[in-house]
Parts: sequence; C-alpha cells; structure tokens
Amino acid sequence: MKYLLLIHAGAVAEDGGAQGCTPEDWMAYDKDVRDAGIFVSGESLADLVTAAAVRVAADGSRTVTDGPFPETREVVGGFYVIDVPDLDQALEWAARCPGAHGGGTVVVRPVADFGA
Amino acid sequence: MPDGGAGEDAAASVELVFREERGRLLAALVRRFGDLDLAADATSDAIEAALARWPVDGVPARPGAWLLTTARRKAVDRLRRDKALAARLAILQAEADRTGEAAPSDGDGGLPDERLALFFTCAHPALAAEDRAALTLRCLAGLTTPEVARAFLVPDATMAQRIVRAKNKIRTARIPFRVPAKDELPGRLPGVLQVLYSLFTEGYAASGGPELQRSRLAEEAIRLARVLHRLLPAEREAAGLLALMLLAHARRDARVDAGGRLVLLADQDRARWDRPMIEEGRGLTVRALTGGPPGRYGVQAAINALHDEAATADDTDWPQIVALYDVLLALSPSPVVALNRAVAVAMCEGPEAGLALLDALADDPKLRRHHPYHAARADLLTRLNRPAEAAAAYRTALSLPCTLPERTHLHHRLTTLPNPTPPP
Repeated sequence: MKYLLLIHAGAVAEDGGAQGCTPEDWMAYDKDVRDAGIFVSGESLADLVTAAAVRVAADGSRTVTDGPFPETREVVGGFYVIDVPDLDQALEWAARCPGAHGGGTVVVRPVADFGA
Repeated sequence: MPDGGAGEDAAASVELVFREERGRLLAALVRRFGDLDLAADATSDAIEAALARWPVDGVPARPGAWLLTTARRKAVDRLRRDKALAARLAILQAEADRTGEAAPSDGDGGLPDERLALFFTCAHPALAAEDRAALTLRCLAGLTTPEVARAFLVPDATMAQRIVRAKNKIRTARIPFRVPAKDELPGRLPGVLQVLYSLFTEGYAASGGPELQRSRLAEEAIRLARVLHRLLPAEREAAGLLALMLLAHARRDARVDAGGRLVLLADQDRARWDRPMIEEGRGLTVRALTGGPPGRYGVQAAINALHDEAATADDTDWPQIVALYDVLLALSPSPVVALNRAVAVAMCEGPEAGLALLDALADDPKLRRHHPYHAARADLLTRLNRPAEAAAAYRTALSLPCTLPERTHLHHRLTTLPNPTPPP
C-alpha cells in the first residue's frame, strides 16, 4: 500500500532549513527509508519564492500568479511516497521524518489504487 | 401485533445473549479475513443460523465454537460469490501473515479473544473522534445502527453515514487490526479509554434530552470497560476507568426521585446506592492506584469512592477530595476539573473561598457555556446571602443547554431563592 508523506515545514531557520533538524538528520532519514526497501519516490522542493501557480478559467483563459495562495501558512517543503503494509507503519515513518519535528507537520495520504 | 408473543420474546432474549457473542465473533472474523463488513455480515449470518437451528436441533455443546465455525463458513461462501473482494482480501491476508502474531486465548471455551485489536482499531487516532465512539458501540458492544443513533441522539441516517465513513477510512487508509506493541501502548491506550469514558459520561450525564441519565448507554460502557480490563489486567488505568464507572453508576437510582426530578449528591437517599457495585469499584480503585504513579481515571475513581463511602453527606472527607483534585489537576488540567475542585474547596473552607476560585475561572470560554459552572456559582452566592447575584447566575445557567430534569431543578432553585436576610 502506497502512502504520500506530505512534509509541511514548521518554523524555518536562518539557513532556510526546518528548525530543529540538521541536513544530517535528513540524510540519515533518507538513508533509512531507502534501506528499509519502502522508498517509492521523494523530493525536496526549492524555496517557496520560486513557486508559480496556474489556474485555467471556464473560458480557457489562463492566470499565472506568483507562488501558491498567499494565505496558505503551511508550506509544503517536500514529500515521500513509501510502500508499507498499513497506516500504522506509514504513521511510524512519518513520525521519524525530521519534517514532523520542530513545529512541522507530516500529512499522511493513502495513494488511491485503481488497479485492484 | 396482537399475540405475536412467546416466540418473538424467546427470539429477543436469545438475540440478547448473542449480543455478548457478537463482538467476540466479529473480532475473530476481522482477524481472519481483515474486513469489517465481511466480518459483520458473516456474524449476522451465523447468528441467524443459530436462531433457526438451535430451537430445533438443541444448543450445541460448545456454542461459541459452533458460531465461529458457522460464521467462517458463511464468510467463505460470501467470498466465493464476490471474486473482487476475495482478491483484495487475499493480498491483505498475505501481508497480515507477514507481520502477524498469534492472538491470546483468555481460557473460557478455548476460543481466542481478538477483541483487543478491535478496540484499538475502533479508537484509532486517525478516525474522527465522534466516529470512534460510534464504531466502538457498533462493533464491540454489538448495537445496531439505530441503537447507536439513539445513543447519540442523532437520526438513523446520519449515524449510518458516519459508520460507513469510518469503515471506509479503515479500509481505504488500511488502518490495521492489531494490538499495539508494548512500547506503543502508553500512546494508544488513552485513546481507547477516552472512547469508553465519553460513552459513559454521555450515559451518566446526558448533554441534552428529556432524561438526566441514559442508563443503557452507561451500562454498555461498563460492559466494554469490563472486557478491556479483563484483556489488559496489568493496565492500571483500565482498572481505574472501570472503577470510576462503577462508583458513579452505583448512585444511579438515587440521582432522580420518583417524579424524575434531579436529586443532588448531598440530598440523595444513600440506602438506594448499589453497595455490591461500590464494593467492586473500591477494590478496583485500590488496584488502579497501587504499583506506580496514579493516572487520571484512578484518581477520579478515588474521588468517587470517597463520596460513596461517606455514610452521610456531612461525613464526606472533603479535605481528601480537594487533595485528590489537586493531583487530578496536575495530571490532566482542565477547566471542568478546576470547577469541581472549587466546589470541593467551598465544602472544606466555606463558600467564600469556593466563590473566589470560581470567579477566577470566569474568563474560561468553555466554562462560560457550561451550565454546572453557573449553577455552582449560584449555589455559593445563595449560601453567601447574595440572592440577586444568585438569581442572575441561575438565569445564565438556564440559558445554556442541559437535560430537562436539570432545567426543572435550576428553575426550582431560582424560584425558591430566599429574600436577603437583613444584616444584624
């Protein structure tokens, strides 16, 4: 069963990383996920100021704006897709993710399976 | 129905006996097949078969084993008819076998008791809080969906939707049917206890409606707490929760008078308290508070035990109750606990001291909408010979949601307020 771990950054430290965890923490976590054989995919996203948003209206006109909706306080900083047997194990991996610490949140979403 | 009589009554009483088996059977089938709906359907099939066969063939030597065998066969029949479900469950089963562990058998009849896993699934923190209690009543207490709807005072259709939503989430997000490992238990057990506690408090002190208490719901909560305590005998808070329920429920008959009116603790006829239930609760309280730091349910049980042990209201050991509320406030700080502590302080040190504590809580948004807060203030103001302020507090209490007997009681207090005694 695949689960998306959506990493919402908490407080951001001076160096742009999430507060309370070091790049080493992330590297160690990433290695653990891969070594456990559950890694499907995962990326860390570039800074929010680099983002753009696209919306297409009913008449086909396209609007491009700077960044995501400005009122969104929680910023997605990256994600993992992992393959584990059940939600409890997905939650366990989410809790171990550095992004769940220091005021951050990891949202766990089961990936829809249309094949079975 | 003029004389549907005897046969239906017999069926109803057999059905009642099966209520106990239903949760057990359901849990065993969930464990075997990994699907709540399939398990529920097969459980119903088996009970239906028993209702048809046992009156004719006689009750089998091992009814539990008969039911389980029959239910398993019915589940397999259903799987043969539904290939897609079978394929999906086969994958689940393969994964369960990979991570599975044997269930404990509790010795009676030799059938393993899988209900513990189901308690944790139904109270899983990923489910909406209101769904946890509903699912627990439906799956573990064996109540029908309309019965669960009545327990929560919502329409049947609303409850049916809520239960379907919760079951879908369990299936789609794959919330597992498993007992948490020992190191996870401290994180997960409070969630299960909270569900049972909320069922009990809604039964004991209904938040609305025509009755002060809904004994049936309180009794279901006690039944479930008993099962949980038996399955986790070493968990002191499970013992404490059962103790708390028994010690409070023991007073049920004295809490309302013949006219359905509310009777306050101090005015209750203590001869009508359920002594055997109090004794059982006291024994469990000792177990809950022995062998480690106290938990919130154990402490609340001890407070109730002190009330139940007092021969008269005046004999109540209020200083000890205040001390226990101090412990409780440290363990689980909440405005309602602070309110109860203030009332106990008033009994110990006089209404002035209690009122000062209550007034310090006046800004709490939860207490502002909590009628017992205003009723307690009104009572202390009455005792302090300040009837005008007391009347205002009773009126505030009456403007907030409460049960009909509570409303009648508050109204009676308001209309019988004494005139202020002139200062000497």
